[in-house]
This record gives sequence, C-alpha cells and structure tokens, in this order.
Amino acid sequence: MTEALKPEREADVVEAVLAARHAGTKLDIVGGGSKAGLGRPRAEARRLSSSALSGIVFYAPAEMTLCAGAGATIAAIEAAVAEHGQTLPFEPMRPHALWGAGGEPTLGGMVATNLAGPRRPSAGAVRDGVLGLKLVNGLGEPIRCGGRVMKNVTGLDLVKLNCGAHGTLGVLTEATIKLAPRPETETTLVMAGLGEPKAVEAMTRGLGSPFGVTGAAWLAPGMGRDFSRTLMRIEGFAESIDDRVGRFAALIGEFGEVSRLSGEDSSTLWRSVRDAEFIAEPRDRAVWRVNLAPSRAGSFVAALGATSLAHFLDWGGGLVWVATAASEAAASTVRRAVASAKGHATLMRAPDSLRAAVEVFEPPSALGLTLSRRLKQSFDPDGVLNFGRMYDGV
Amino acid sequence: MSHIAFPRLDETIIARRAAIVGRLAAILPPECLIADESGRRAFETDALTAYRRLPLAVVLPRSTEEVARVLRLCRDEMVNVVPRGAGTSLSGGAIPQEDAVVITLTKMSRILEVNLADRYARVEAGVTNLAISEAVGAEGFFYAPDPSSQLACTIGGNIGMNSGGAHCLKYGVTTNNLLGVRLVTLDGEILDIGGEAMDAPGYDLLGLVCGSEGQLGIVTEAIVRLIPLPEGARPVLFGFDTVEDASQCVAAIIGAGIVPVAMEYMDKLAIRICEDFAHAGYPLDVEAMLIIEVEGSDAEMGAMLARIGAIAKAHNVRTARESMSAMESAQIWKGRKSAFGATGRVADYICMDGTVPTGRLPEALQRTGEICASFGLRVANVFHAGDGNMHPLILYNINDEAERVKAEEAGAAVLEMCVELGGCLTGEHGVGVEKRELMPRQFSDVELKQQKRVRAAFDPDGRLNPAKVFPLGERAA
Repeated sequence: MTEALKPEREADVVEAVLAARHAGTKLDIVGGGSKAGLGRPRAEARRLSSSALSGIVFYAPAEMTLCAGAGATIAAIEAAVAEHGQTLPFEPMRPHALWGAGGEPTLGGMVATNLAGPRRPSAGAVRDGVLGLKLVNGLGEPIRCGGRVMKNVTGLDLVKLNCGAHGTLGVLTEATIKLAPRPETETTLVMAGLGEPKAVEAMTRGLGSPFGVTGAAWLAPGMGRDFSRTLMRIEGFAESIDDRVGRFAALIGEFGEVSRLSGEDSSTLWRSVRDAEFIAEPRDRAVWRVNLAPSRAGSFVAALGATSLAHFLDWGGGLVWVATAASEAAASTVRRAVASAKGHATLMRAPDSLRAAVEVFEPPSALGLTLSRRLKQSFDPDGVLNFGRMYDGV
Repeated sequence: MSHIAFPRLDETIIARRAAIVGRLAAILPPECLIADESGRRAFETDALTAYRRLPLAVVLPRSTEEVARVLRLCRDEMVNVVPRGAGTSLSGGAIPQEDAVVITLTKMSRILEVNLADRYARVEAGVTNLAISEAVGAEGFFYAPDPSSQLACTIGGNIGMNSGGAHCLKYGVTTNNLLGVRLVTLDGEILDIGGEAMDAPGYDLLGLVCGSEGQLGIVTEAIVRLIPLPEGARPVLFGFDTVEDASQCVAAIIGAGIVPVAMEYMDKLAIRICEDFAHAGYPLDVEAMLIIEVEGSDAEMGAMLARIGAIAKAHNVRTARESMSAMESAQIWKGRKSAFGATGRVADYICMDGTVPTGRLPEALQRTGEICASFGLRVANVFHAGDGNMHPLILYNINDEAERVKAEEAGAAVLEMCVELGGCLTGEHGVGVEKRELMPRQFSDVELKQQKRVRAAFDPDGRLNPAKVFPLGERAA
C-alpha cells in the first residue's frame, strides 16, 4: 500500500483532493486512525491523514472557545484548556478500549464521528459544541462553515451536516469548538442491585429533577462488581454540591440504599462508561451502540434476549451498549429489536466481513437515502472522499 | 442594502391566478383558503413592516397531508411557496410576492404528546413557543429557547430561523433543543427526521433543516426536548460607568468558570427607553447595565451570586441590585423583554442582529455608535452579552424616506463590522430578505455555491421561500 498522504496546510489538502479527482481514485480520510474500524469497510483507496494539521489556531478562555487544526489530538486540546479550568462539555468517547488500534484520537475524528459521552443529556452532543469548521470538499474547494461565535444563523448550517458525516462530505482541516468550565467537584451516587426497569425509573427521576444530574448509567452485574450498579453524577461548585447531593439522595432513596463516590474514584468510573470499556472484551464480539427513548430501553433489551451477550446503559437508558456474537443472525435480531423500539443502532465494532455483509449505520428510509446521496453529490460529485463509508453511494 | 429588491414576477403565474386558486379551492375547505384581497392583506408582510407584497393566495392547512397536497399542487403549477408561522420574523423571512402561495401553519397548533419520562413533547408546527412551556410547567418542565416574541411566535418559525433567546447561554438555541421534525418536501413527500432518541442517525438532516429558513421543506410537526425547571432563578442588576468595565466584567465571569443562565446588556439610551416603559427600577445614571441571571437552589444561587458580585466589584460596578422576590425578578425581565416594543413607542427602528466574539464587544459597541452617528442617527443597544449577539436598535422616522435609507445603510455597515471582527451577520433573526445581499461579505462565492447546491438537493428550482437568504444577483426586478 502506498504511503499515507499527510498534508501540512489547507493548500496541500486541496492539491491532494484535486489530484485524486483527476486521477479517478478514492481517498480514505482519517485523523489519527484510532477509529478506523468504524464504518463500512473501505474500498481500495489512498489514505489521507489530517494528523499533521495539528496546531492550535487560537484559544480564548474568556469566550470559552478554541480553534485548532483537525489533526490536533484530543489529549493536547484537553491539556491546553485544563490550564484555564475548562473542558470539552460533551465528553468525547476515546476509542482505544473498543478498537484497540494505535493512533491518537483527533479533533477532526471527534467531529466526524459525533460520539458524545455520558454528559450528552445535559451538555449536548459533539455537534452541539462545534461552532465552526473548515473543510475541503470533493471538488477541492475550501469551504468555511459556521464561525467562532455561539449564535450564528447565517446561511445553511453546514457545521451540523458535517458533524457525524464520517468525512464523506469534506476533508476537515480546522474546527472551532465551544468549551465549558471544568466542574470543580463531582459526586456519583451509586445504588446497588437494581434491575434495568427500576434503574431506568430511578435515572428518569434523576434526569427529570432540578438537581443537575450530568450522568446516569446502569452497569450490569459483573461490570466491575458482582452486582448491578446504577450511577448518577452531580457536578459543580463545592459550595453548592453538598446541598444538591443531599437532597437528591433523599429524592431517589426509595429505590434503594445510596452510597457515594467522589474525586478520582468517580471520574475513573465515568471514563470507563464513556469508552464502553465494560463490553470491549472479549474482542471477537460485535459491539452495538443503540439510541432510543429511555423508557424503551427495558423492552429493547428484553427483545434481544440471549442475543445480548453483555450490555449496559448510559444517558439514563437513552443509550444502550450491546455486545453480540459477530454474526449476521445477531445483527438482524438487533435491527428488528431497535426498529420496534423506534431507535437506531450503529455496529461500532465487527470484523470487516460482517461490516461488509450488514448495514453498519441505521438504514435510512428511501427518501432519506435519496436525499443523503444528493447531499453527498453536492459536496463530492465524483465520490472521492470516504466513498461508501456510511451507506451505499454515500 | 438600501431598499431591498424583489425578483421579477412570473407573469405567467399571475395570468393563471384564477385557475390556481380554483385548484386550491378544489382540495381545501373554504375556511382553509384566503383568496380575497382584504384577507390576503394580513399576510403581505411580517415584522419587517417596511416591505409589503400581496400573495397570490393564502392557505391554512389542518394536517400534514393537506400541506403535502398543497405542495404537490404548487409544484405541478410551478408556483412559489412561502411558509409562514405567526409572521414575527424581523428579517422578512415570511414576506411573499404576487406570484407565491403562502402556507401558514397556524391552524396546526395542537400539542400531540407530552412524554415527561423521556422528556420530550411532540407538537404541531403552529403551536406557539410559550404554549409548550405552559403545557408542562406544572409538571416541573419547560422548553428552553425563549425568543422575545415567544407569546406569539410558532415552533415551526423557530425551527425555520433556529431562534435563540435570552437564556440560550446555558440551554442553547432551537437546534440544541430539537429531537425530530416531520418535513414535507416540495414533491409532497413526508420525511420524519430524528425522533424520540437523543441523537438522530445518518447525516444530521435535523441540524440542516433547523435554520434553513423554510427553503428545504415545510416542517409540520416537531419533537422538542423538555428540560426540568430549575428550583429557582434570580437576576441581579449591575450598573457601570463605562462600557469597557461592563464588557470586561462579562468576560471575567465566564473566565472564572461561571456560566449564568443569561447575561443581558443595555446601554444608556436603552435603559432610559425601557425604564420609561416598564418602571423596572433601572439605574438611569450609568453608561451600561448588565442583567445577570443565575439558577438553582437558594444555596447554589447564593454561592454563584457571591462570586459574580466579587467579580463585578473588581470591575468597578457602580450600582448593584439583587432581586429579592419573584415580583422583582419579573419586573427586571419585563424591562428587558419589552425593549423592542418600548423602543417602538419612542421612534421607528430597525433591529440588527450581528454577533461578535465577546472579547471584541467594547470595540463593536464603540464602532456601532460611530457608524450610526456618521449617518446622523441614534442607536440604542440591548443584547445578549454572554454570547456576543448584538441588537443595535437604529432609530429613524419611517415617514422620512431618506432617513429610512440611511438607517438601512447604517445597519449594513454595522453588520459588515461584525463580520470584520470575526462574528457573523445574524445571530438569531435569520437572513431573510433583509441581509440577503450582505451574504457575500461573510461567505465566498464558492461557499455560497456549496450552500445553494445543498438547498438544491431538496428543492432544485428554488420554489420554497424564494428570494430569501441568497443574493438575488441578476434576478432582481
């Protein structure tokens, strides 16, 4: 395989895209390559990595805004903003546990995959925190979308369209993101031994309360303890958190005894939830990420029956992580169950052969697919960029 | 931008008007079709009242299926379509023309489902913004985006413009609070985008449709997020002797890791106008005033206000007033929320909506004042300081044609300055017809063409809400 292209400037990206377009070849766009196992298996294509576009362009702490090249690593960004007591509000998932690939996750990969972590219900998805993007479309044209300000409705919102587009509409070269103050303290309330229905009920009570719950997850027995754990996180200023935690614990007391975790014990646990560590092993299993209304999580899991080899809940039940056998039969069971739960599922990890045989992303309606293909063509008429990564022809 | 142009009319449509109205009458009951001139007059403009064009006809569908039938008919007849909610657009987003049919969604105003466990409401597009919060308030929930027109404006219009409000510093704007929409395309096909889940699959069509100013399809239903009401909310008023002190106070609060739910700024003229109207107890002897609101339990609000108060003190705050009661809080907000209406009692005005990075606010305010003074006009500033979304109200006399042109020119110059400072033309009002010709100041030709190709993926002939958003160029009459 030819060596990966590593453009250092936007102009290099333009040149690479134009060259591929004129030669009639395809480009396989990656950041650090750490999530290369996600998406439909790639066709024969020349790899283009944005990892050399890695500088921080500006960081304005008083505006809670940072702009960096698409190849900047999440680690570098988090380190830079931590110095000013800030953080990425949406807790982007880190890929190492699930895919075990090398490479550092980057800003561009974070935007392209839109995989938010436990704070999603209260702080929004990655796409909610992206203010602006620069990309090069499949025609080799540099396109700026959005900007650096939090309120901007000027023209079509091509920022959102490119978030979660898996690099199929453009090679991301730069992103401007909205930050949040890093919570001064965090406390996690833990209830042991609840089954999913009770756990979802308790988490619904929590997320519907005014106490500012910023994480609500349920871990099955065997995930760190031999009993199930229902976790709810409260973050904030030291002066206010004790009062909130105390009254919140009373509110959910009827569901069971409540114990508390704080500091590093709490943050380590939530990092494991964020990265789906609990179902990453054994590595020959397929892993699914399922979005649905929290109240449907229980019946969804029940409908999976023995097809689920392991699962846990995040987002108060609105996100179900499921491990199954890496088989087409298991995939169709998941698709059927998710359809009746009115949700959608992504096959996050599976061997290439399975990802070639079944849909990786939730199949769209006929009209949805038609529109998706037209949008793809409006950015990349010759299908140069990550062609077919999401759907056939997209 | 002076004097907004409209495209040439399609005379063949005008000539076939009677036949088109006849076809509409064949598929709609009489109460859902307005064809007479006096009835149509009510739909000739929106809140950009300086411009008025009579539509060919107005339809008021009662269901998604009726919207689909009307759109198919319009596509077959090659008639332009202008979607409309309550008609509160400040940018002329709902202004029609003589060759266009207005589809207004106000008859579709039902709340279809409230699901508190999953924290969403499914509503028809014509329901008003405030009606959603009112429907779920007793249960301890609300719908967060709160444009000043929330009593009247519809959720469909909010989605069209991606509306914001005073409290979006904490809760985000419409696009951050939307889970799904039912969209009818010009072909009359129905597409459900998103749904009950927190993220939607595939391309983010929901994010694309939100803020597309009615040019991709007509939204007939929406699923919106409901958020638990905070235990309490408390605003505090700060008066400053200089604009710089007020602006730096805003930056220092955010820099200290505090995100209040709202930070509103008013300058001296705006304070006077609002105080005369609302008697909110605003200080009249300061150059700049901030309304900062925090939320939470008493303990939490107390802690946050103590920190904010210390920062304000370090920035030479002159007067400080913490609300002591719900009534006092309501009064403080009444002044701010009635700013546009109160200004309208004093003079005619145009309200600009550019955004600048918050670090550039003092410079932006100074230059706004200089620009307006250079045209011999007065300006009152009242805006969302936490996110840099400015709302200069440029005062003029609507009966003085020359002054109206000056006001529009001053407004355009202010918006160009916003772009130059790293901001944008519009933060929450939309481009509409008003800022259409300024788009090339913010976007390159290549970027505008990319946006137009995206629009064409939904509507190749540009029949939906034509003459909005994109510069007219040679199509101008």
